[in-house]
Order: sequence, then structure tokens, then C-alpha cells
Amino acid sequence: MSFTQRHLLGIEPLRPDAITEILDVAENYVALNRQLTKHSNALAGLTQINMFFENSTRTQASFELAGKRLGADVMNMAMQASSIKKGETLIDTALTLNAMHPDLLVVRHPHSGAVDLLAQKVNCAVLNAGDGKHEHPTQALLDALTIRRAKGRLHRLNIAICGDIAHSRVARSNLILLGKMENRVRLVGPPTLMPSQISELGVEVYHDMRQGLQDVDVVMMLRLQRERMDGGFIPSEREYYHRYGLDAEKLSYAKPDAIVMHPGPMNRGVEIDGDIADDINRSVIQEQVEMGVAVRMAAMDLLARNMRNAQSGAQLGGQA
Amino acid sequence: MSTIKFTNAHVIDPVAGTVSQRDLYVADGHIVDTVANPDEIVDCGGKYLAPGIVDIGVKVAEPGERHKESYKSAGAAAAAGGVTTIVTRPDTNPPIDTPEALEFIRRRAADAVGVNVLHMAALTKGRLGQEMTEIGFLQDAGAVAFTDGDNVISNTKILSRALTYAKSLDALCMLHPQEPILSAGAAVTSGKFASLRGLPAVSPMAERMGIDRDIAMIEMTGAKVHFDQITTARALPALERAKANGLDVTAGTSIHHLTLNEFDFADYRSFFKVKPPLRSEDDRLATIQAVASGLIDIISSMHTPQDEESKRLPFEEAAAGAVALETLLPAALRLVHGNYLDLPALFRALSLNPATRMGLPCGRVDLGAPADLIVFDADIPFVLDRKSLRSKSKNTPFDGQRMQGKVLSTYVAGRKVFAQ
Repeated sequence: MSFTQRHLLGIEPLRPDAITEILDVAENYVALNRQLTKHSNALAGLTQINMFFENSTRTQASFELAGKRLGADVMNMAMQASSIKKGETLIDTALTLNAMHPDLLVVRHPHSGAVDLLAQKVNCAVLNAGDGKHEHPTQALLDALTIRRAKGRLHRLNIAICGDIAHSRVARSNLILLGKMENRVRLVGPPTLMPSQISELGVEVYHDMRQGLQDVDVVMMLRLQRERMDGGFIPSEREYYHRYGLDAEKLSYAKPDAIVMHPGPMNRGVEIDGDIADDINRSVIQEQVEMGVAVRMAAMDLLARNMRNAQSGAQLGGQA
Repeated sequence: MSTIKFTNAHVIDPVAGTVSQRDLYVADGHIVDTVANPDEIVDCGGKYLAPGIVDIGVKVAEPGERHKESYKSAGAAAAAGGVTTIVTRPDTNPPIDTPEALEFIRRRAADAVGVNVLHMAALTKGRLGQEMTEIGFLQDAGAVAFTDGDNVISNTKILSRALTYAKSLDALCMLHPQEPILSAGAAVTSGKFASLRGLPAVSPMAERMGIDRDIAMIEMTGAKVHFDQITTARALPALERAKANGLDVTAGTSIHHLTLNEFDFADYRSFFKVKPPLRSEDDRLATIQAVASGLIDIISSMHTPQDEESKRLPFEEAAAGAVALETLLPAALRLVHGNYLDLPALFRALSLNPATRMGLPCGRVDLGAPADLIVFDADIPFVLDRKSLRSKSKNTPFDGQRMQGKVLSTYVAGRKVFAQ
């Protein structure tokens, strides 16, 4: 066992062999998910609660499906509509839910670090489904699995992450993961959408997309997070599309077999040309969604194994 | 009144810049040359005897949030921390912006048994930066300085009028050098660590922009101004120029910016959230250097009590500020133990300079000065347990940290107000 964590809060604490283990387990679930009967009992008897303090359709559906296919009892809580509006703090909400004895908490929150804070206060496994601008570990893992399947390896690749890096937890988790697995990571985007001093984290920064895409194996596009903009990061959507939108001409600078990725939901005609997104020879965007369910099944399966190991360890300790 | 002889002490004299083994005499609450038959002899056991700390910018949460800190608890914390004079901030709820509000807290301050309490008042009504307060009436009611705290007055017309009016009354104004729009919403200082943690960040340059603007305002109005916290290297040349040009300016910094840096918040520990945010190590060292050279005059605790509910939140939403009355001296002694400052220089910044800037006779061991004195051991090690603090709020970033130095006893006007 390489993945020994109690929670999955981010990519940062994971060792490379733990990342590989999650991806290996996920491969089995890719196969399972393609069968007509998709059930496993890895999480049988366990309760999974999805707490989303921020809107999500895709990630929440993916986690829900992953839990159900593994036999967990899954409950979704739309937190925006509930007690937070009544003034209850995050910690109180966590303690209340904790008292109901869930085994897995899947949490998304608009503030960086909120999921870490919550994990300190509960005694079940916590999965970070995205916290503010910090991390989104399962997205990075599903991207890694997609790349590994398409490219046959997850090391020594040139990978460009393009667009709104500053507001993106997906970019942070990805650059950490891809760096740990010994790839060359480039960040491409306008300087107003780059986090400060990001080049000190072992990535190359490009403001010219054609240069940034030169000879890369993977082009990872990010959504332009319009809802996060507190004003004036880019002159206009059309200028952004002209300079940083992925079209066939810009893609031609990448390697001929380079794949195109996007975490969704896409803004067609803003950051990506619709034809590229739909090009089955280049785009792996649909596969990313498929890998998402498998990776989340793997992560929850491994967390449940760690939980059971810890429990049997405690029982053995008690007997001795 | 009784007379005291302090003997077997290493006396720290910030005026002379010396530490000397000698006796010190007190009569009628003041330091005197000698006393023939003292009523009490205090054997300091070879430890240090220093002028008590004068702490400018202490937040006592009365009125409005007495559960966070009352005058009683603040007084106890101050006495235990070797702070003999606290100068309170007006950023309460409601703010201290009328003579009536000031009179109310002056009555409440009687609860701060033992230590001297002085008050600052707001410079603009409601600390909103729109209309100046009744500076004259407030001064008559006892306000020793005027400040809107960390609310920067962004309207330069209002600020220039308030400074000009204050100048005519020879009133000291305290400003918070910060460009308010650039720093709005920021929880940390920008840098690679902040980027990795995904927190809203502000460039350290916002402080330089703030001080540049404020110095131009001082040049224009001739006002007497103290900058509450200078925390970045880039703000220092402007301060140096302003002093060289003969402007009536002084500057302070907070103990947290001298002893902690931007990496300390680690995994989103909100006790490390202060305003302005903790800076890079380079900035911290430059700030220490400026204290050592005298460019920065004053070290303050910037004591800001926050209850558990205000801090047990995601970092961005958590309230800023840290309690520091009791940890000010042991934290400041880190600078002495690290050989950045000697003890007389430290007590110039903690006691003499703030007293002088506020026009107070304390903060020194000169003959005739009030006998506001502390006896402390600079070396005694301990691990700080935040629950042991006397402040009602326990939000200290030093929880669990190893510290050195403890106050053994505190005297205000020759009266013992604290002893270990």
C-alpha cells in the first residue's frame, strides 16, 4: 500500500507511488464501468455524504455515481440552500454531520483551505472536491489517468496548461501532480491570469500561446472562470479568444499527436474552438469525464481500505 | 507614599543606552536619587530592571465586544506582560468618535486595575473617511492621538483637511500606510506560497504606495503623524527621506511582523492572519534592521483580540489580528537572543520612544520619571500555552512555541501590580 492517507485533501501531500497506486486501481474501475453490470461492494455498508458549498453538476454527479457503483449509501446535500444561509458556521455544520456517522465526506467549498479545516474537525475520511483556488485533487488524478492511457506513460511529457491559471484549483493540482511525476509543465496565459511568482514552482511561463504550445504532447485548456472575475483581467472575450483561444492554427504548433484536454464545462468560442473540442482524433474531453468516475471510485475505495485497516489495527491493539 | 529600593538589578537605561548593575530608588511613585531608609527593599536577584512597556495601538473590545476583551482582562494581561501603559485604538463597535463615547470608555478603563490607560479617538466619524471628528473636543476629553485604525482614508481631500485641522491643535495622527483598493480583500502577501495556497494576496508594494501618498499629505499639511505599522523593505526609503526632510513623522511596527513571516500560516492557520499580512523573510529582516537603526521608532503589540468563532473559519473569512500584550516581551526578546538588537535599543522601541511620541514622562529610568518599572528574566524558557493567557481571547500565533523571557514583577507609579 502506497496510498496510506486518511483523507484526500490535495495532491501536495501525495508521494508519486501513491499517485500511481490510485491510477492503477482506477484502471480496474474503468473496465468495470464499461460492463453492463457495474456493481462492486467496496463501499458496502458505508455512508457517503456529498457536501457542495458551491455549484457543481459534473463533479457531484461523478462522485455520486462512483459511490453508488461501489455500494455506498450516498446522500447529496446542497449546502448553499441550507443552514449556511441560517448563519451556521462551517465547523458546526461539520460537527452536526459528523454526529450522523458518515464514513466518507466529499466536500467542495468556495474558500481555499476550508476542506482542510473541516477535515480537522470530523472523524471520517474527507475528499476534497475543490476548495477555492487551492486544490482539486480528483480532477488532477483523472487528468493523469487520461494522459497515461493516451500517451502510454505519465513522465517525460511536455504539457501546457493554458488559460486562467490564477483562479484555477485544477491548474494548481495538475502542476503539482505533473511535476511530481517528472514532466515538463508550461503555463500559458495572459500575465493578469498568472498567480504571482508561479515560475518559482518549477514551471515555465509563456504569455505567447504559439510559443507555449511548441512541441507539447498535451494541451490542457482551462475554463475562463467568468464568475470569479472581480473585474478587468482581460480586455474582452474576443481578444482573449484571438490570443489564447485554442484553434487549429495554434494547435498546429504542438506535436502532431498532441491531445487536447478540458476539465469542463467548456466555453466554446472563448477558450476553445468547438471543432477542436469535438475532434475525436485530438480531443480526450469525453474520456476525461469517464476517467473521473473511475478515479473517484479508486480514491474512495483506497480511503475505505485505509479506514478498515486502521479499525482492525485498533482492535488488534485493544486485544493485545 | 512608600519608598522602595531596587537592589541587585541590571538596570536598562534606554536614554543612556546602557545596562548597568546599580540600585534604583523610588519615592512617591517617582524615580529618585536616593532614599535613606526605604520602606521596602526589592532584591531583583541579578535580573533586569527596565522601564515598563508603553504599548500604542491596543484594542480593548469595549464597547461592543466585551466578551473578546474587557478593560479588566486587558489590564491584567498588560500587567503580566510588563506593559505599564496601554494606548487604546478607537476601532471598537461603535467607534470612539465622540467625546461622549470617549468619556464612557474612560470610565470603563477604571477596571484596568493598576496599569495606565490612555485612549486614541477616531480621525473621521464612524471611521468612514467622510467627515472629521470633533478633534478639539476629543482632545479636551483626553484623546492622546487620532486614527481610523486600519481603515485608510482614501479621500485625499478629507484626509488633508483632517490633518490640517489636527495640526492646528498640535494633535498627533496615526495613519495606516496601505493602498486600500489594491489591498482590498487580501488575506496574505503575494508570493509563491500564497499562489500555491490559492489565497487572495496583496503585493507588498501596496504599503509603499500608502506611505508615499501619506508622506506627501504630511508635507502638504505639516501634520504630526505616526505610521502604525511599517512592515516592508520597500516602504523604508520613503520613511527615511521624510525624516531627513524634517517632517514630524515617526513609525512603528508590530511584534508579529518582526518575529513571523509569510510561511507561518502553513496549512491555513488563521491565528497567523494579521493586518497587514505577514511578509517575506527579506522584509522581516529589513524591518528588524530598521528598528535597530532607529528608522522605525516603536514596536507595538497591535493587540487584537478575536474570539474562537471569528477565527475558526476558512482563512479568507477569518478575522484578522492577534492578542499580544503578554507575549510582546518574550517575542521581542527573540530579537535580543538572535543578536539583532541590544536591550537598551529594544527598550527604546518598547518604552522610551512611544512615551516620548505620546508626550508622556514615563518609559525611562531618569530621575523624576514615574516609577513604571518591570523586573524580568530575559532567559527563562517556557512553552506558551494559549489557554494560560489572561486576555479573554486566546488568539495568539505563538501557541505551543518555545519562548524565552518572563516578567517577574510589574510596578506602576511605584505600586506593585503584578508578580509571578
